[in-house]
Amino acid sequence: MIAETALPKAPKYDDNLLRNLGLVGVLLVLVVIGIVTRPELYSDPSWVRDNILTILQQASAIGVVTVGMTFVIIGGGIDLSVGAIIALAGVWSTTLATQSYGAGGMIFTALVVGVAVGLVNGVLIAYGKLVPFIATLAMLVSARGLAAQISGKQTQVSANETINSLATAKPLGIPLLVWILALVVGAGWVLLNRTTFGRRTVAVGGNPEAARLAGINVKRHTVLLYVLSGLCCGIGAIMLTSQATSAQAAMANLYELDAIAAAIIGGTLLSGGRGTIVGALFGVLVFSTITNLFAINNLATEVQNMVKGGIIVAAVLLQQFRYRSFTNLLRRRNVGNNS
Amino acid sequence: MTAILRLSEVVKTFPGVRALDGVHLEVREGEVHCLLGQNGAGKSTLIKVLAGVHHADAGEILWQGEPFAPASPQAAMRAGIATIHQELDLVDDLSVAENVFLGHEPSRFGFTRRHGAAARTRTILTELGHPEIPPGRLTRDLPAAGKQIVSMARALSHDARLIVMDEPSAVLAHDEVANLFRIIRELTANGIAVVYISHRLAEIREIGDRVTVLKDGRTTAAGLPARTPTRELVGRMTGRAFEYVFPPREAKAGAAPLLEVCDLSRAGEFAGVSLTVRPGEIVGIAGLVGSGRSELLETIFGARVADRGTVTLDGRRITGVGQAVAHGMGMAPEERKSQALLLDEPVFKNMTLASFTGFARAGFTAAGRERAAARRTADNLELRPRDVDRPVRTLSGGNQQKVVVGRWLLGHTRLLLLDEPTRGVDVGARAELYQVVHDLAADGVGVLLVSSEVPEVLGLADRVLVMREGRLIHEAPAGELDEDTVLDLVMAGSLMEGEAA
Repeated sequence: MIAETALPKAPKYDDNLLRNLGLVGVLLVLVVIGIVTRPELYSDPSWVRDNILTILQQASAIGVVTVGMTFVIIGGGIDLSVGAIIALAGVWSTTLATQSYGAGGMIFTALVVGVAVGLVNGVLIAYGKLVPFIATLAMLVSARGLAAQISGKQTQVSANETINSLATAKPLGIPLLVWILALVVGAGWVLLNRTTFGRRTVAVGGNPEAARLAGINVKRHTVLLYVLSGLCCGIGAIMLTSQATSAQAAMANLYELDAIAAAIIGGTLLSGGRGTIVGALFGVLVFSTITNLFAINNLATEVQNMVKGGIIVAAVLLQQFRYRSFTNLLRRRNVGNNS
Repeated sequence: MTAILRLSEVVKTFPGVRALDGVHLEVREGEVHCLLGQNGAGKSTLIKVLAGVHHADAGEILWQGEPFAPASPQAAMRAGIATIHQELDLVDDLSVAENVFLGHEPSRFGFTRRHGAAARTRTILTELGHPEIPPGRLTRDLPAAGKQIVSMARALSHDARLIVMDEPSAVLAHDEVANLFRIIRELTANGIAVVYISHRLAEIREIGDRVTVLKDGRTTAAGLPARTPTRELVGRMTGRAFEYVFPPREAKAGAAPLLEVCDLSRAGEFAGVSLTVRPGEIVGIAGLVGSGRSELLETIFGARVADRGTVTLDGRRITGVGQAVAHGMGMAPEERKSQALLLDEPVFKNMTLASFTGFARAGFTAAGRERAAARRTADNLELRPRDVDRPVRTLSGGNQQKVVVGRWLLGHTRLLLLDEPTRGVDVGARAELYQVVHDLAADGVGVLLVSSEVPEVLGLADRVLVMREGRLIHEAPAGELDEDTVLDLVMAGSLMEGEAA
């Protein structure tokens, strides 16, 4: 056993830390670009504070959805239906009938719709053995269809003051939606890193067969992951509805792509088994900071989308490069170890 | 006979490891030269250097008298060295002929000439004694032995003068091995040299002319006659004296059965299997790959659904994995990497994969207590290195297996199912795993063991069941059987038929 004496030092898992630091670096660069392009704005400290809160508020709904998405991807799946679930939950919770039950009824409806759709996704995938991509793609189409059907393709205005005030409330000077984001991210981090649910998620995504043979109920856990994603969408639906004071079948368009991209940029492996909540949050923040940067410079959103696309490609290339070189290193060092 | 390949003082370093550290090898025309060595001795690296995958850092390689440093696997092939890798590198979705000529398709003006390829493939397959393999058939549809033939046909399509075979018999049944040997003899009769790698000494005796032994990247014996006594060969490989080292043990099984399997059947896999395992008893199942033994083990564990029959552990019916684990059953499956391990996760999380819920409080995991427990288990198992935070990927095969076994030592396991526990595990780690199994049995754990290595079953088990074509055909205390008897049973079931008559 040559490799016994020559084994590499155990690579500590600060791979994630490195990547998160990298994302913080990207954020700083974006801020510097902002300062350079609009120095007059940045000279006003109160504008800076407000702008940071604006960025965070814009990141809040997609951030919540990304937390759910991150769990699904780590668990070896993908959820293409998140935008559609938000639309369905938003529309369902703003029908005149639902609004008649007040704010509680609307919130309850949004959450139940999110969980129910997630449950359908999960059952189709775990027990119906559909590929996650196909199952949630079908759900994407049909949930938006149902939302259009319910709303009659009309924008449904929320007449509920409590709901509408969620987006404007600022406890302790920070928008309520940002508090919600912080709460969901915090809860997501604890759930992933400190609970048996999180451990099962990593196991199911990393090696489903090993998880199954260790006595983990892989199917049930898969269902729970999509339910969790649906629940996050329900929360996101309320947040978006309150921001727009309305809901419509086209809301949260392409949220699935933003959420997946944020998770991937944050270091979540698309093949499952690895990922971090904090990284995903940074991914979301990078996107909303870019949006903000374009807004304060009054630039067209088309260019913005191109930049976003470029960032996704760059992040994944970097990740592959790092991951490949990391595993290659181990493989090479162990090369004499498997004959 | 002249030497066509001569290596001297070949060195190959990877970051942190000297994988080859002074290899000498001389292969003569028309001989079968066996390469022997433990896992990690450098055999794979050596093959890859010959195949053009790696380049030697130092030393001399002479091929047909000329210095040889192939730039790529294609260059090595063109030079006349073909390699049949352990994981057959065939493309499942291409036809047999397409695989044979993959990379050097007969073509004209950029269009492949399918009929030409098919015809030449047929000729080569006929030379190999397998005219029945249709060149147009998808490779996916062939059995393992057929794929091996295709690999060999590919080697011949290059007019190879030297064919390197990396554990070709590992995927073959007994009669297929016989055919492989026949082909090898025909090749060598035509002056083609074969470098043959196998862990099975008996095969080396049968087919080999000379043996070169590697240990820790060095040649410890070059060109010994294949008839060299086992003791000496194993000694050169390991510095130890025996191929299998079984610790002494007193069997003291309890009286009441722990596991009762009654008339268990699964269509196409096994039928009418009944067996019992008592606490503290080690029961071994001997059988070939494909005899249904792995499927049987997985069904007992609840990972496959039985068509018929029952499994009871201490009187409780077992119908699913969750339930089996909850009642104290554990299994180390056949395919460690794909069925048991989270390779990128640390050792301790792999060890607690079946028990982390037990360590947790109110759904919150207790990494500290898990680590402490994993450390104690790592100590018991002599895990090397004894670092429970290291990703499992970085461990050697034997130590990975210890992690899998350790998983079930952490819980309250009362019955352990072991499927090929020492596959890919070197001799030293084997002995340690055997000791672990004995210690478990001494603590009253029942063990049900499946292995294709008959000496292992005989040396480890108290009672041996022989399985063939999905049925248990013989049962006897291990002491009353010897290797030849078991092999006869595994192949033909002669004793059973004799009894029936």
